[in-house]
Amino acid sequence: MSTFTKEQMKHIGDLASIALNDEEIDRFLHELDSIAESISQMQDIPTDNVEPTTNPIAIEAYLRPDEAVTPLSQKDAIAGAPVSEAGMFVAPKILGEE
Amino acid sequence: MSEKLMKFSEAIKRFDPVFGLEVHVELNTNTKLFCPAHYEFGGDPNTELTPVSLGLPGSLPVVNKQAVINAVRLGLALHCHVNEWSQFARKNYFYPDMPRDYQISQFDKPTNGEGYLDVELEDGTTFRVPIERAHIEDDAGKNTHIGGADGRIEGADHSLVDYNRAGVPLIEIVTKPVIGAGEHIAEIAGAYVKEIRDIARALNVSNGRLEQGNMRADVNVSLRESPDAPLGTRSETKNVNSFRGIEKTIIYEIRRQAAILADGGEVLQETRHWDEATQTTAGGRVKSDANDYRYFPDPDLIMLHIPPEQVEEIRATLPEMPSHRKHRLQEEWGFSDLEMRDVLNANALDLIDSTVQAGASAAGSRKWWLGEIMREANEREVSIEDLPITPENVAEVEKMIADGKLNNKLAKQTISAILQGEGTPSEVVEKHGWKIMNDDSAIEKAVDEALAANPDVLDALKSGNMKPMGVIIGAVMRATHGQADAKTVSSLIMKKVRS
Amino acid sequence: MAKASELVTLTAAQMADKLKKGDISSRELVEAELQTIDSAEPTLQAFLARSSEEALAVADDIDTRRAKGEELPSLAGVPVAVKDMIVTKGIETTAASKILEGWIPPYDATVVTRMKNTGMPILGKTNLDEFAQGSSTENSAFHNTYNPWDITRVPGGSGGGSATSVASFETPLALGTDTGGSIRQPAAFTGTVGVKPTYGRVSRYGAIAMASSMDQIGPCARTVEDAAMLYDVIAGYDDHDSTSIREILPSMTAAALQGKNQDLKGLRVGIIKEATGDGFEEEVKNNFSEGIKLLQNMGANVEEVSFRHFLHGIQVYYVVMPAEVSSNLARYDGMRYGLRVMPPADVPQTAANMMAYTREAGFGAEVKRRIILGTYALSAGKYEEWYGKAQRVRTVMIQDFNKAFKDFDVLVCPTAPTSAFKIGEVEDPATMYRNDIATIPANLAGLPAISIPSGLDHNNLPVGFQILAAQKNDELMFRVASALETAFNKKWGAPLWAQLKTPWLDSLSEE
Repeated sequence: MSTFTKEQMKHIGDLASIALNDEEIDRFLHELDSIAESISQMQDIPTDNVEPTTNPIAIEAYLRPDEAVTPLSQKDAIAGAPVSEAGMFVAPKILGEE
Repeated sequence: MSEKLMKFSEAIKRFDPVFGLEVHVELNTNTKLFCPAHYEFGGDPNTELTPVSLGLPGSLPVVNKQAVINAVRLGLALHCHVNEWSQFARKNYFYPDMPRDYQISQFDKPTNGEGYLDVELEDGTTFRVPIERAHIEDDAGKNTHIGGADGRIEGADHSLVDYNRAGVPLIEIVTKPVIGAGEHIAEIAGAYVKEIRDIARALNVSNGRLEQGNMRADVNVSLRESPDAPLGTRSETKNVNSFRGIEKTIIYEIRRQAAILADGGEVLQETRHWDEATQTTAGGRVKSDANDYRYFPDPDLIMLHIPPEQVEEIRATLPEMPSHRKHRLQEEWGFSDLEMRDVLNANALDLIDSTVQAGASAAGSRKWWLGEIMREANEREVSIEDLPITPENVAEVEKMIADGKLNNKLAKQTISAILQGEGTPSEVVEKHGWKIMNDDSAIEKAVDEALAANPDVLDALKSGNMKPMGVIIGAVMRATHGQADAKTVSSLIMKKVRS
Repeated sequence: MAKASELVTLTAAQMADKLKKGDISSRELVEAELQTIDSAEPTLQAFLARSSEEALAVADDIDTRRAKGEELPSLAGVPVAVKDMIVTKGIETTAASKILEGWIPPYDATVVTRMKNTGMPILGKTNLDEFAQGSSTENSAFHNTYNPWDITRVPGGSGGGSATSVASFETPLALGTDTGGSIRQPAAFTGTVGVKPTYGRVSRYGAIAMASSMDQIGPCARTVEDAAMLYDVIAGYDDHDSTSIREILPSMTAAALQGKNQDLKGLRVGIIKEATGDGFEEEVKNNFSEGIKLLQNMGANVEEVSFRHFLHGIQVYYVVMPAEVSSNLARYDGMRYGLRVMPPADVPQTAANMMAYTREAGFGAEVKRRIILGTYALSAGKYEEWYGKAQRVRTVMIQDFNKAFKDFDVLVCPTAPTSAFKIGEVEDPATMYRNDIATIPANLAGLPAISIPSGLDHNNLPVGFQILAAQKNDELMFRVASALETAFNKKWGAPLWAQLKTPWLDSLSEE
């Protein structure tokens, strides 16, 4: 039984923001099917009234005081930017031609 | 472009309107929600960042204690149930202004659960707005769109991103569907947001300045055939950032949806935005399959634990709520409902209160703030609290009047000079040498000179025609630089005319 | 003056001792390691970047301070290598991914700050599977790393670079990160010691996130004592990491030294039944049994214990881990750092398309596979069945461990089902994933775990012996590991690494 369809895979690619090519879609489809099948085995373990684990260790949350530190300089902040302009990061146009 | 609209009065008759609001309140903490970078509106771009707020690889969030306390304070003021355990969750979506490409928000375990807020309407009735939750989340950066008209995103060639605002704490207050609002729907929505603003300011948890983006609202509107029908499909108008905009959005959406439904059409579940220029909402551009946010508990953060004792400690620190205070002050000040409404509409309540506390009379304080000062603010297109005059200044002027040191005209001049930035009342009065002229002989001399210079006026006055008297008063006031008391001047003129 | 090859084969503890006595200088040590790196790298390729000048500057500073009589920490002047998953200010940090190539971080990870404060020269950044995702270091976007015991074989992964650099004497110590076994499995494959501390004992601040609820930085070394010394430097509370444990730590070095007296009387040892059966090579099992005998000889009571859900660990892991990966790796979008790829000309040149094409070009196949899987596991309608279920089964597994640690002080099993496999030999992802079957449970439950060498198989390849302790009982783990290491070394007459052929050391010049 196939868990994944091609359409689904494309949709997941959109959600994950990865422009998968057709060859990848086919390959992942096949591989993820087998992973999904293996994962399905855990469905048989009874977990009624069992809380999910988010952190494996029990600790009380630490809340930090509202005190400021020296921020990064603008130069350091944008040093890694693929494209920058006027101290800001450049994004290509946000809306496409529709 | 223009959509078919039904008259509001007709739409309200034919359909039962329901609204919901998601109000985002930006907290005024010193540092951001998850990192110790200070944020201030208007800072140089990308200078208020740590590796955490820039989303650098390896950086981790740590919760700001004050942000949590402020969230709980706001929640308590909104009568919310504060959950002993709450949890931050990641809301995953890609956008250029999101440094991590996920927002840290709260999902199924918000800090503040159900609550409500009573809002007072102009007709004196009260409407209870039910609140679903008030959760904590962090803000995104800011895009500046380049190459399009008026900095709009449409037609822009590219955008410049400043991440300074990224990570600033927000409280998102989500109402339940608000039913039964009927024809008052827009007023209720507006009053609700204003009340939240007033509460946030009273608690000092937010600056509450809509024009600086401290508050903004997503407005949901739907229509149904009748109050016992299931809720209709809603539209969601994003990021409306003025009270009027919120009210107009609701009215516009009711009119638009009513026209669609009356034609047998279907309302699309979509994201819209309010366009101030055209006074309309415009349809969605977000793909419908893009809103699978894949929320899951943020493994970088530990559940927040706020035990009931701590909630009670925080509750004990809450100040008087604005609605209670309004009623108390109105009574103390002896203002009529109409006078009080003007005060509130002018956002002058705090200023008048401070002025009264600085020693002035309530009536006198109201007169200045809603008169001279308001006029100046309107002229400069700023809000009155941004003018260079303090409640203490106004109280000092009032005291000078009471002490007989200034007359009304001089007081006005003094206020005006303060507004021009000339200094405190005593500095201004000193600088200009303004004082009421108590020396009748000097005034008499000025009156004589004025009458001598205007013999025809003197004749007219003598013949009983009092109309041109103003000419003489004006001349005397000019000669005495406004320091003469107008009543004294006119009685002196009459004395001369009759002699 | 000692020969470089003699210097670099010292343990970190021996180096520290000689530095303290003034027998050697830190500069000599660092120069000897840099020579070794020069000589070994063409064959082994453990490093992605070197920071020789910075390392020498730190060495000189330490030598000067020591000459002035300043009291210095034990490891001051002892060099270290850092897995390129950990952020180093001013030194390129890539996570072995094209998407981050060229990124120079403006800040240091907390562990790096701690090592700098200790005065440890950082030699460079070591290779790994891209974003620590893999079990062979074959997923590095830049190059493979080769196992010093047999250069036709993988060094394990993801921390193959750190394990190889330590095994080959390029450095006495290295840092790794361990999300599902990335420190321990490479340690097993290279005959070295690898430690995953209790979750929360070492700050994750500055460790590039893979799966936040399981990631933990830990030491790689040639001896248990060396690993303990580095642990003592990097561990401890850090208020930059909300999952950091707020407690004062006992000395792991002291625990390791105590272990050398080989007294394990009354120690209750549980053999994890499910990690000694099917799928584990006979030779691995035999090697493991040798270790069990040694534990018994030292007075330990050893019993087999069954974990009903142990083998489900891999299923839980392959839901939880990719889910967290899919979110943690979202930030690599071509906006703020690293790679940007614009879409082809026939696709609208929008920000969203730029992101999608950047991520398509910048991530390797395994990373994409996990992001896709994780995105699916969290997606609407699948969340409860996948992610929700996995995190609940995880709770059940933790309960199993809690129960077991009432009856046992430590649990043991082989670190990996096999010894090092050939490069290119394992192609199917599911087969590759099964390599982590014995290491994953410690990550799911936040337990401390260590791998030490337990001998060689017939191919002359090392095999690892894993010891797990209860949360926050890392010191017991170190004591037992040190005892067992001492027993193995006595049995072999020398540490296992004495059997490693090291042609790259032969050519080193005399000082």
